[in-house]
Amino acid sequence: MLSIKNLQAKIDNKQILNGINLQVKAGEVHAIMGPNGSGKSTLASVLAGREEFEVLEGEVSFLGKDLLAMDPEERAREGVFLAFQYPVEIPGVSTVNFMKTAMNQIRQHRGQPALDAVSFLQVMKEKMKLVDIDQSLLNRALNEGFSGGEKKRNEIFQMAMLEPKLAILDETDSGLDIDALKIVANGVNKLRSKNNAVILVTHYQRLLNYIIPDHVHVLYKGKIVKSGGKELALELEAKGYDWVKDEVSVS
Amino acid sequence: MSKDNQVLEEFTSKEYEHGWTTNIEADSAPKGLNEDIIRFISAKKNEPEWLLEWRLKAYRHWTKMIEPKWPNVSYPPINYQDCIYYSAPKQKIAPKNLEDVDPELIKTFEKLGISLTEQKRLTGVAVDAVIDSVSVATTYKETLAELGIIFCSFGEAVQKHPDLIRKYMGSVVPYTDNYFAALNAAVFTDGSFCYIPKGVRCPMELSTYFRINAANTGQFERTLIVADEGSYVSYLEGCTAPMRDENQLHAAVVEIYAMKDSQVKYSTVQNWYPGDKEGKGGIYNFVTKRGICAGDGSKISWTQVETGSAITWKYPSCILKGDNSVGEFYSVAVTNNYQQADTGTKMIHIGKNTKSRIVSKGISAGRSQNSYRGQVHIMKRAANARNFSQCDSLLMGDKCGAHTFPYIDVENNTARIEHEATTSKIGEDQIFYCLQRGIDEESAVALIVNGYAKEVLKQLPMEFAVEAQKLLALTLEGSVG
Repeated sequence: MLSIKNLQAKIDNKQILNGINLQVKAGEVHAIMGPNGSGKSTLASVLAGREEFEVLEGEVSFLGKDLLAMDPEERAREGVFLAFQYPVEIPGVSTVNFMKTAMNQIRQHRGQPALDAVSFLQVMKEKMKLVDIDQSLLNRALNEGFSGGEKKRNEIFQMAMLEPKLAILDETDSGLDIDALKIVANGVNKLRSKNNAVILVTHYQRLLNYIIPDHVHVLYKGKIVKSGGKELALELEAKGYDWVKDEVSVS
Repeated sequence: MSKDNQVLEEFTSKEYEHGWTTNIEADSAPKGLNEDIIRFISAKKNEPEWLLEWRLKAYRHWTKMIEPKWPNVSYPPINYQDCIYYSAPKQKIAPKNLEDVDPELIKTFEKLGISLTEQKRLTGVAVDAVIDSVSVATTYKETLAELGIIFCSFGEAVQKHPDLIRKYMGSVVPYTDNYFAALNAAVFTDGSFCYIPKGVRCPMELSTYFRINAANTGQFERTLIVADEGSYVSYLEGCTAPMRDENQLHAAVVEIYAMKDSQVKYSTVQNWYPGDKEGKGGIYNFVTKRGICAGDGSKISWTQVETGSAITWKYPSCILKGDNSVGEFYSVAVTNNYQQADTGTKMIHIGKNTKSRIVSKGISAGRSQNSYRGQVHIMKRAANARNFSQCDSLLMGDKCGAHTFPYIDVENNTARIEHEATTSKIGEDQIFYCLQRGIDEESAVALIVNGYAKEVLKQLPMEFAVEAQKLLALTLEGSVG
């Protein structure tokens, strides 16, 4: 589904990604871990098409198409979803209205007719149950005055609504208490299928207790320095990142 | 320039949609302004002697006044002698009903989405259509007459209801009020008049649609609304003009007189030609709008969506004279390219327990300047007066300006006044968030701006709220920066 080859990117003349290689197949969950400043969030942003980052080299192919050649909205319409680390507030615009606009633009891109109000509401009700979110929250202005947990849950709700092929969750666990973490993880698990893939960007192992990854990668200084199965995450939890750093400097 | 800036730029540089002209033969006065021109206008309109006298007094007063320099706008000096003060579409016979109206005129309004013909009329809205200096048609007149509501052109009201005009004209905005109000009093040509009798709730929206068509012409209309005891009316004003290279002057006066327990809601969607991207041409919109809550328990509410004009200078105000009366002002003012706006309100609290509420949302894009100027004055007698003001500014790009000039005068220590103000920039983060959900940049800006202006837009009558939303998006098209 996603193939990243030698991806290098910079921001403000500072190179952050130094040649990332990653293969993600449909049905897989990949966890990208690493110490602060290793380039985890940059990788998520570059895949979503954030313009502050300049791609210097490398290729990214998504379902056979050149992802880097697409505008951010085109990537979204093709099925790339980014759950933001810091979801943005848009005053005066309800989540319902926001989702309706997004969904219909995506449908238009796929040559499907716009959903009428009734069918939209039906879909919404269904997805609300999936992520255990209350309609009153969705009628409020997008993320405005939401608690940290509500914001993250709202991200997962949007993911459920838009049914992406590739979901990138950028530190979705940060700032969540254990109950909120369980709800969010539960939502993601329900959305897993053999047709879609998930990339979890996280600093801590605890999210991976609830969303079991197929692959774990350690990012350090803009490169994937170690890959393994879910047990790698446990090893990191026990030993910390210094162990990986030492290994890298030795080699 | 970042890519976001480019998109903002594209988004705000969309062409003006109503820039066409209609080929209508016009009956005009010669250029210039003097007492003879005023006599010419008055004679054309077959006015009574007292009205001509009033005009001449206003003119003589005007010649002694100087143009105000305090607004935060700049423009080259206006040559008042280089303007045509009367222009009427030439019609072979005076139209008695719509069948007699020149089809070209009907087409003009149809092109603007305003149907004057019976079968296609906007349901629930009565329209007075004013082109250049005169009213060409008023719809639903008979239906309204059954309830005793008078809704007609100002010219017709002078002929048919001279007592009402004589009593209320100038009672809220005297000709001595300010430079442009004096000019208007001297040369006003038409406008709308509306009277709602005691206890009557007007069953439909009343609306005046203004269109400037002829070149070199100023438009000086006067609107007078009188709401008798316990009555209610909702009034809407819309306006457009062709694209022309020179600046055209629009100096209107609106007066509202609200008696005991009456309510008047006045909404404006102003879309005069704003000039081109380089700031050439456009309408100078110098308007005086004021209402008096003369009776106890009365209420006047102004809602404005200002998107057009090269320069806007207007402060729809309320004089809260009656005890327990209420004044409201809801405004969205959008400026783009080289537009300038200095707009706001005045709330003058005279009566006891009077309340006012001000919600102003400014949006600046391109190289425009947008100022809010508002005054809240609590007079000595106004015990327990309350005011709440909120002034927000939204900036798009980094070449525009937003300014706030609030003035608060309190002479009674029981008053309670709140003022909130914010300034924000349309965030690249907000736009990227929308893009990441598959929403294109233009829709993203429209979404964000409409969300920002929501509190004001929801005050508009339903049909117009939709129009206003589209207009906001259109005005800002090309401005994402």
